[in-house]
Amino acid sequence: MSEPIVSSARSRPEAIQAIPLRHPWRWIAAVLVLALAAAALYTFAAAPGLDWRVVGQYLFFPQVLHGVLVTLELTAIAMAIGVALGALLAVMRLSPNPVVSTVSWFYIWFFRGTPVLVQLFFWYNLALILPHLSIGIPFTHIEWIGTTNQIISPFLAAILGLGLNEAAYMSEVVRAGIISVEQGQTEAAQALGMTRMRVMRRIVLPQAMRVILPPTGNETISMLKTSSLAYITTVNELFYVTTQISNANFSIVELLIVASIWYLAMTSLLTFGQYYLERYFARGASRQLPPTPLQRFRRLLFHFHDPPPVGPFEPLATSASHHDDRVM
Amino acid sequence: MATPMVLAEGVHKSFGRLEVLRGINLAVAPREVLCIVGPSGSGKSTFLRCINHLEKIDAGRLSVDGELVGYRQHGDKIYELPDREVCRKRAEIGMVFQRFNLFPHMTSLQNIMEAPMRVKGEPQKEVEQRGRALLARVGLADKVDVYPNQLSGGQQQRVAIARALAMQPKLMLFDEPTSALDPELVGDVLDVMRGLAQDGMTMVVVTHEMGFAREVGDSLVFMDGGVIVESGNPRDVLANPQHERTRSFLSKVL
Repeated sequence: MSEPIVSSARSRPEAIQAIPLRHPWRWIAAVLVLALAAAALYTFAAAPGLDWRVVGQYLFFPQVLHGVLVTLELTAIAMAIGVALGALLAVMRLSPNPVVSTVSWFYIWFFRGTPVLVQLFFWYNLALILPHLSIGIPFTHIEWIGTTNQIISPFLAAILGLGLNEAAYMSEVVRAGIISVEQGQTEAAQALGMTRMRVMRRIVLPQAMRVILPPTGNETISMLKTSSLAYITTVNELFYVTTQISNANFSIVELLIVASIWYLAMTSLLTFGQYYLERYFARGASRQLPPTPLQRFRRLLFHFHDPPPVGPFEPLATSASHHDDRVM
Repeated sequence: MATPMVLAEGVHKSFGRLEVLRGINLAVAPREVLCIVGPSGSGKSTFLRCINHLEKIDAGRLSVDGELVGYRQHGDKIYELPDREVCRKRAEIGMVFQRFNLFPHMTSLQNIMEAPMRVKGEPQKEVEQRGRALLARVGLADKVDVYPNQLSGGQQQRVAIARALAMQPKLMLFDEPTSALDPELVGDVLDVMRGLAQDGMTMVVVTHEMGFAREVGDSLVFMDGGVIVESGNPRDVLANPQHERTRSFLSKVL
């Protein structure tokens, strides 16, 4: 009778030292892609009608730099309005109060259903239909009146157009996050005596953040680019500034390249920030945080053939098991 | 007899057309441990959830410590209670769920401290002290700063019990607390519950652990089809069931 395999568990067998599988096609594909990219870049860079000196000349032009700042400002304020109002609308949408949820439904229906360019034009031209605006407290003499053009500056028109539109989209993002949180969480919080609002603030929203963040990063990047539509309200943002310059010197493509370089730089920065924000909110949800871009790059360079790193915690068979019993 | 901690009189509950509870009558005295057993779908979990108003009852009367659950009676009229009042009453009742439902974005200690601090407004220092003591009591003194997903199921359930106890409840509800656990982890959780019973906590326990019911329970209720089929002393009912349905159920689980 042969010896059972199990008995050898005492002396641990030596680790497998296999020769890694080779991937020649990866290398061939990489060479091909690099060659194609180089060819495309060369064609573009050596285009006869393109004057790269103009690009260099205007890249750090004071007006352009100011335009970059205005674009960032527009994006930040419009997103702040979008996220705050969007979260409010999402909670309203899920409220048991029918008046509140209907108001939210109509808001989303209207602002999502009309183009943001039209909304921007609307706020910019509000003075045409309402020449005067007044804000006052009813039944008192406290009132503040001004002409619409004084109150709604081009910048405010851009903020209103972009921010109110964004709120409609953000509310759907937040709502998706809220309903992704397991019902048991709400019940456990309620059983501890928490009110509806406290359950939302302390238990549901923090967990919903993990679902809310990636699309919000997406929305922010999208907003950064959509803010270029504000050029129709004559706000001195990046696209408006570069268009104004090219209208004067006719270097249209050169200034489009200047604008594109700045937009790319800004979106790259946002992508980076989003990654770390997501890592922060992953705590408690994944046993091991994903590697930072730097860690991943180092691994790619120096540990190309190593097995992936093992997490600090041994997998637990008990609690996690019923979350993982998907049908294969 | 003192005011019963839980008093149910003809409690009915339907989900749409499905009648889940069809007239439940029972009383739980202070310091009593009541175990509810029965096949799945018999309404035992629903009844438990009615006690802290996670579910609204449709007919009958249900009161905790002499006060109606979710309603206020004035003369012969019944008024719904506002959210705030419902929450205030829930804060006095601890509940432990089959699936633990710990808050995954908080550590064990934060899970325990959340409600006493935010709902009752107790000072942080006091709550933290009590939280650490409770974790020690359930045998998890070394898991204070650990997130739930780094704990085994049995450990999570013990944290969940500590979280409920931190509110210093007058009544504890257990909804199949060991049903989602691996067999070798059940014992630790039952030990904690046994300790609670010995300390005089009033408990209503929906369970499939007949051994626990026999040993710890003061009384036992067998439910089927939304009604109480049989009740009495756990040792008597389990050893000597009077009804056919009780007999056939027990023959399958024992």
